[in-house]
Amino acid sequence: MTAEATPALVEGPAADPGDTGSAAGRGPRARTTTAYLRYVAGKLTGAAVSLLAVLVTSFFLFRLIPGDPVKFMTGGRPVSAQQIAAYRREFGLDLPLWQQFTDYCGKALTGDLGTSYQFRAPVLDKITEALPNTLLLTGTAFVLYTALGIYLGTRSAWRHGKLGDRLNTGLALTLYSIPSFWLGLLLIIVLSVGVGPVPGLFPTGGMESGGKEGFAYVLDVAHHLVLPVVTLVAVEYGQTLLVTRSALLDEMGSDYLTTARAKGLRDDLVRRRHAVPNALLPTVTLVFVNLGRTVAGVILVETVFSWPGLGGLFYQALSVPDLPLVQGLFFVFAAAVIVMNTLADLLYPLLDPRVGR
Amino acid sequence: MSTHNEHASGRRRPGRSPRTYRFLAAALTLSAAVATSLAPAPQQAVAKDKTVLTVAVAQSVDSLSPFLASRLVSTSIHRLTYEYLTNYDPKDAHVIPGLATKWESSPDKLTWTYTIRSNSKWSDGKQVTAEDAAWTFNKMMSDEGAATANGSFVTNFEKVTAPSATKLVIELKKPQATMTALDVPIVPKHVWESVKDFSKFNNDKSFPIVGDGPFVLTDYKPDSYVRLKPNKSFWRGAPKFDELVFRYYKDQDAAVAALRKGEVSFVAGSPSLTPAQAASLKGDKNIHVNEGPGRRFYAIATNPGAQAKDGSKFGDGDPSLLDERVRHALFMAVDRKAVIDKVFQGHAVEGKGYIPPRFSTYFWQPAAGQELAYDPAAAGRLLDQAGYKKNADGKRVGKNGKPLNYRVLCHATDPNDKAVGKYLQEWWGKLGIGVTLNCLDNVTDPWLAGTYDLAFDGWSVNPDPDFVLSIHTCGALPATPKDTGATDNFICDKKYDDLYARQLAEYDPAKRADLVKQLESRLYDLGYMNVMAYPNAVEAYRTDQIKSITTMPSAAGNIYGQDGYWSWWSAVPANSGDSSGDSTSTGVIIGIVAGVVVLVGLAVVFAMRRRATAEDRE
Repeated sequence: MTAEATPALVEGPAADPGDTGSAAGRGPRARTTTAYLRYVAGKLTGAAVSLLAVLVTSFFLFRLIPGDPVKFMTGGRPVSAQQIAAYRREFGLDLPLWQQFTDYCGKALTGDLGTSYQFRAPVLDKITEALPNTLLLTGTAFVLYTALGIYLGTRSAWRHGKLGDRLNTGLALTLYSIPSFWLGLLLIIVLSVGVGPVPGLFPTGGMESGGKEGFAYVLDVAHHLVLPVVTLVAVEYGQTLLVTRSALLDEMGSDYLTTARAKGLRDDLVRRRHAVPNALLPTVTLVFVNLGRTVAGVILVETVFSWPGLGGLFYQALSVPDLPLVQGLFFVFAAAVIVMNTLADLLYPLLDPRVGR
Repeated sequence: MSTHNEHASGRRRPGRSPRTYRFLAAALTLSAAVATSLAPAPQQAVAKDKTVLTVAVAQSVDSLSPFLASRLVSTSIHRLTYEYLTNYDPKDAHVIPGLATKWESSPDKLTWTYTIRSNSKWSDGKQVTAEDAAWTFNKMMSDEGAATANGSFVTNFEKVTAPSATKLVIELKKPQATMTALDVPIVPKHVWESVKDFSKFNNDKSFPIVGDGPFVLTDYKPDSYVRLKPNKSFWRGAPKFDELVFRYYKDQDAAVAALRKGEVSFVAGSPSLTPAQAASLKGDKNIHVNEGPGRRFYAIATNPGAQAKDGSKFGDGDPSLLDERVRHALFMAVDRKAVIDKVFQGHAVEGKGYIPPRFSTYFWQPAAGQELAYDPAAAGRLLDQAGYKKNADGKRVGKNGKPLNYRVLCHATDPNDKAVGKYLQEWWGKLGIGVTLNCLDNVTDPWLAGTYDLAFDGWSVNPDPDFVLSIHTCGALPATPKDTGATDNFICDKKYDDLYARQLAEYDPAKRADLVKQLESRLYDLGYMNVMAYPNAVEAYRTDQIKSITTMPSAAGNIYGQDGYWSWWSAVPANSGDSSGDSTSTGVIIGIVAGVVVLVGLAVVFAMRRRATAEDRE
């Protein structure tokens, strides 16, 4: 009775009848709580170490790129030798490398990521300016393609082999293999400029048309958001769909599902409440990996739609190379991935008690 | 107990169906209400009938401070919001009054006196005076941060004063003929004197920005757009458009699509529209493709042997290139007509002298006897004369007995470099010389180290050509091999330097022009800088938004990146009004209605499926 009323996440032979997943003060539960806390502490330490490693790597990595920021910024226009020396002094490039490194680490640990060479603004300001724009785009796309991918993936697997499954998988694979910038440009030509008698419905680029306030502004941004989100969802949902589908296919042969059906449960409920939750673990991994990627943004889509996000900022920074900006952005991207992976690691034992013991 | 439920499937529950339908009806009414309430909003925005000139630019603004900005988009915007002392005539780029109405130099050539006009006001109502100009220059001379962008203009200044509100006096260390070409934005002292750190102040916190140009900057979103409104009290006359917007498009194909749609009024490309983009726009009856003489030259630079001012030589340029006959022969084997027709597809003019023809005051071309015309046979004979004969395999052999092979530096991001490079391999191959084409992302490092033989080069020229001439003087060489100098190609020729110094100290325009032409002739003969072509400026704009606009030169020229504010200031809106606004609002309405219909459709489908499975549920 209990097994049916509460949707249990793990019903395989390895399940301990005493473990229903809710915390209580009994002996065995206390042991697993401490084990979990120890697990958490281990993962958090690992994350902190990774972040420090990223901080160090980002400093040296971008100094390997050929190109001198001062030469790039002064090329093509009249500059005197004193001005060039002044630039080097301002950027800290006249100091020995070890001193630049210690300055950088010291400032980074207090939250000061330096000043951008080409924009003359604090790197943190430039990042916080562009970050919400990127999160809006990739976050919206992420929610949509994850939901769509999981929904279609489970339906595909359940009706495995039938026409619906084949169409779904085929379409997903096709869209997944299309380059995102090509699809973006195509959508601009068809849906934004308009083909023949069909009028253009959406803007060709940017995040807003400017000069709007309040609700009109929200609507304007939403209007600009449609095409980039559609592009991103179209090229990304295939991955989630295929992973979910294959994970569910693996589950479908399990004995406990036969038991559930034998008990008289509807097909729908068997799928939704028993098969899918167990099959979701690989999908959860993918979801968190994708979530980590949302901060880095999708530079190609941001370029095609002129979306003012972190991807475009990173490209502008790389071409100089604008060392503080590039280091700061790299750190933010890597930190997002590390944080999301750590969150996934922390969440796993709650989803699957077999992990982390 | 389950069997009991199965038998219950036949019975319908009368309460459920009407409830579902009621829910659907409510959803439909709500969405219809939302759609109708949203629809008027975009229509109201259009009803104002405002004329907007939207320019699609390929760069984002790096800084709104004229002391820091170096990108073309930023300096173009500063030209619109801050006036310079002088301006350039749109017909032929000769110097005309700007903030200064007249100017004169002292007999010893070291003191310049400018008369500042009294009919120019800052956009906050205060009078523009000579004190603003003196303060701007003095700030650049004393503050290292303020000298970041334009410090090179004041390196020769000894003292700058403003004895009265309309008199500006600049004392120089040495004579300087470029005093009528001081492209420095003059800023309002009363606004800028409170700035503490010029190296960090970006002028982007309080809008509108106080300026005295034809436009006033009202709004700025980094990486997105800059909005300006006309300065109604501008002394030359107010611009005709109600608003000027510079919108950043990272991808130029998207910008061209925006032009086609009518979302932008003008596209300049980066640096120009490609032949394919221009061809695709030619058919549209509402779009005019503007092609005019460009301000760039496109050349092959030859390594003269890299050297520093202290006399030390470095790098490894091929010694055969030090022979003038070899350099001439190489250029004579370059089919410039093929470069124009095949590589630029007709969107360029064949190169002659160093300065492009649109700068008619200084344009020079070689006489018939001096010209290195395309003649591969003569080139071969010249190489034979110089002692580089072909061996049994048909390869010309150098003084060290090995076949000649030149490394050519090309910019990986420039498709023209790659195309011409391939042609060079073919043409010089026929001469018997091998070519190794190095297309790199970063050409600066090998160039500055002197580890190349030839390279693709090009500069944008200003109405006063002093800068592009100065980069070939011995004075521009780096102090030591480790330093960076202003030199473009390590050229150091005494005769050239002598002519350069004379033109810099020559205040008579005709005499100076003659000296500059002699400089170009010397450069041509030296053969270290061979100009192949002057690429045209190719831009496009919508004729249903812009009725007329001034190019520069006004007979035929470019619109974006002019030496002056002529294009945007003179632009006249077309009568058809804001067509793009209409389509956007219709689009918004259609989009919203479509979205609502889709949502309602999904809700209906979902409800129907739930009804179908209702019997299975307990």
